[in-house]
Amino acid sequence: MGVDTVLWSKLVTGMTLGFHMIFATIGVGIPLMIAIAELTGIRKQDAHYALMAKRWARGFVISVAVGVVTGTAISLQLALVWPNFMKLAGNVIALPLFMEVFAFFFEAIFLGIYLYTWDRFKNPYIHWLLTIPIVAGAGMSAVFITTVNGFMNQPGGFTMQDGQFTAVNPVHAMLNTATFSKVFHVLSSAYLTGAALLAGIAAFTMLRRGITGYHKKALKLMMTVVLLFGALNTLAGDVSAKFLAEHQPEKLAAGEWHFETRSGADLILLGWLNAEHKVEGALHLPKMLSFLAFGNFNAKVTGLNEFPSDEQPPLLIHYFFDLMAGIGFALLGISMLYFLFAFWKKRNEHNKWMLRLIAAGAPLAFLGVEMGWFYAELGRQPWILRGYMRVEEAATTSPSVRILFFLFLLLYIVLGVVSVLVLRRLFNNNPAEIEMEKWARHADEKRTGEGAHT
Amino acid sequence: MMSYDLIGISVLWLFLYGYLIIASIDYGAGFFAFYARLTKQDHLINRLISRYLSPVWEITNVFFVFFYIGMIGFFPDTAYYYGSALLVPGSIAIVLLAIRGSFYAFENYGSKNKIVYLFLYGASGLLIPASLSVALALSEGGFILKQGQSVSLDYWALFTNPLSWSIVGLAIVSVLFISACFMAFYASRAEDQAALKLMRTYALFWSTPTIIVALTAFIYLGQHNERHYQNMMDLWWLLALSVAFFMIAMWLLYRGRRYGLAFVCVMLQFVCALFAYGIGQYPYILDPYITIQSSVTSSSMGFALVVVFIGGMCLLIPSLILVFKLFLFDADYVKGKK
Repeated sequence: MGVDTVLWSKLVTGMTLGFHMIFATIGVGIPLMIAIAELTGIRKQDAHYALMAKRWARGFVISVAVGVVTGTAISLQLALVWPNFMKLAGNVIALPLFMEVFAFFFEAIFLGIYLYTWDRFKNPYIHWLLTIPIVAGAGMSAVFITTVNGFMNQPGGFTMQDGQFTAVNPVHAMLNTATFSKVFHVLSSAYLTGAALLAGIAAFTMLRRGITGYHKKALKLMMTVVLLFGALNTLAGDVSAKFLAEHQPEKLAAGEWHFETRSGADLILLGWLNAEHKVEGALHLPKMLSFLAFGNFNAKVTGLNEFPSDEQPPLLIHYFFDLMAGIGFALLGISMLYFLFAFWKKRNEHNKWMLRLIAAGAPLAFLGVEMGWFYAELGRQPWILRGYMRVEEAATTSPSVRILFFLFLLLYIVLGVVSVLVLRRLFNNNPAEIEMEKWARHADEKRTGEGAHT
Repeated sequence: MMSYDLIGISVLWLFLYGYLIIASIDYGAGFFAFYARLTKQDHLINRLISRYLSPVWEITNVFFVFFYIGMIGFFPDTAYYYGSALLVPGSIAIVLLAIRGSFYAFENYGSKNKIVYLFLYGASGLLIPASLSVALALSEGGFILKQGQSVSLDYWALFTNPLSWSIVGLAIVSVLFISACFMAFYASRAEDQAALKLMRTYALFWSTPTIIVALTAFIYLGQHNERHYQNMMDLWWLLALSVAFFMIAMWLLYRGRRYGLAFVCVMLQFVCALFAYGIGQYPYILDPYITIQSSVTSSSMGFALVVVFIGGMCLLIPSLILVFKLFLFDADYVKGKK
């Protein structure tokens, strides 16, 4: 019974996080895009960009709602499904959780104001200024929650005494060794994914409905962001790998199928393991793992066999790592290709295949984020608090958790399906060009109406 | 110098009160919106309700998470006891909160006029306070069992106890009462006579059940937890104040004037009652396992939480004032001219 309950507890949490991650990424990434579009619109005096900000904000609210409720779910599940973990670590991680609530509160207040004040200020910059607390609040939420995840990987800021954490220094715990690389990677990938999503939607619409000025502008703006954050995200990935090599070598070793400690280690891509745990059918990049881990082709990289077998993460995460990294490079490559075509007059950056690639980039970006999180979470196994508490010690003992898995599964299916339906209805019956015309007509009427009065 | 356990519980109790008021308005409004649609009176009040709710719905949810995280932060033992015992009711509350939050957004920003969405939104609005109030019943003791290392909930005792049912009932009727009073005030500000008339009727209708169920719950509390009951009796003046504010609110509503003052009186009624209840339960958070002294977090954490709390308030209070100025006290917005 005990093992079973632990398994179902893991499944409930994994499912909730996997579902929440989609909406959390949108929640962190999209506000920046809205802010960029609105600012561009004000500076260029181009109504297309203002419409962009308005339409993106409208879709954003729907996904934020799902993000909020799944975020509430995960925070409550922490205590409901992992009561022993919260009893031990609640002492330490309550501070960042508390701060996250404030950051989110701040964001929620200004999002409410932003959505309902489009025409209330004479100076357009005032309305734009409202995006700053939204972007900051969303970003800081991500930062605070990521410090908690960092703490689970690199616990610090306390001393262990009789199974209790004493001499707690919560700020030190937040600024653990994992925090910097994780925060950097989470933020860069969220902005990258937000931009890839919006670029993908623009490309997809142009493929279906033909090329229009509005979507061309949206695509170009977002591909610029993809290029910038694609590059930053690659750097963040590199920083993360170097962090793992130094502080959490078993996670890197399991992700790379690097079993024996050696210098000048090869980077292994894909492949499979045979019955004797030998890698077959993989692509070997000579000495690249050493370079990835330490920036030196001959550096010594710790292998997985250095760790007792009951403290090794599952080897499946190798594929998660490869997919995540592959997608990261692919997104960067797509944006580079787009700008190459855009600047090279002979080529058309809006040709069918380019648009198809960009459209595929949107779901790929989300797959990349999911793979990254599964790599991060499974790579910490068997620990929930690395070195202090194992996952099976933390779980609830109540067998009801199995039924609850199916209850939550049903909930997420309903939420996922309905939000997609609602979003489709919101935009399918109301294409940007038609809304633009309506808008222009409305503005005209207003102007002539005012003229008649004076 | 006050100790961190007292500071913590006072702040949390204030936030619980804030949640009680704000969430009641929200939950009740959801129910009224659905009920009005059902009885074909929605043209009277739905515009008013959505005008108020649209900008603030997320804020409600945050109040709740704030209370919960603050509880775990200041008193980590609560996570273990309540977390273990509340796995099932807590999960049901999560599902209801999720349905409510998302279907509000779906209805409001997505497809208008879907009665199914509105039903989910309205019904969950009554079920959430019902499921959350179970935690209050649990804190009275006798429902959570500890055997060795495992903590579990005695469902049979909970479901057969009149105290738990009267607390659930009190949660539901007070939600409807608080919400109707607020909506009457909001309608009077908007100078919307038709809506005002309807909301005033709702407010008067739900007032009597509120006071009757409150008294019933109090009597059952006396049978279930003698200590808590006696402590509250010692605070008789707070309870008397609460009843007095209720009477003033009723009189104002009945006479049909000063709706703002009437709502303030309702708020004061609940502040007195909630604090009489809370102070009476002192020092227990969960009778008999957790007291605030035994479960309080380390002083460094307590200090950090208080600092963050003060800093956060400095950010939030001006922002909340801005929201209120823009949406609640801006007469043109309330009247629908903006």
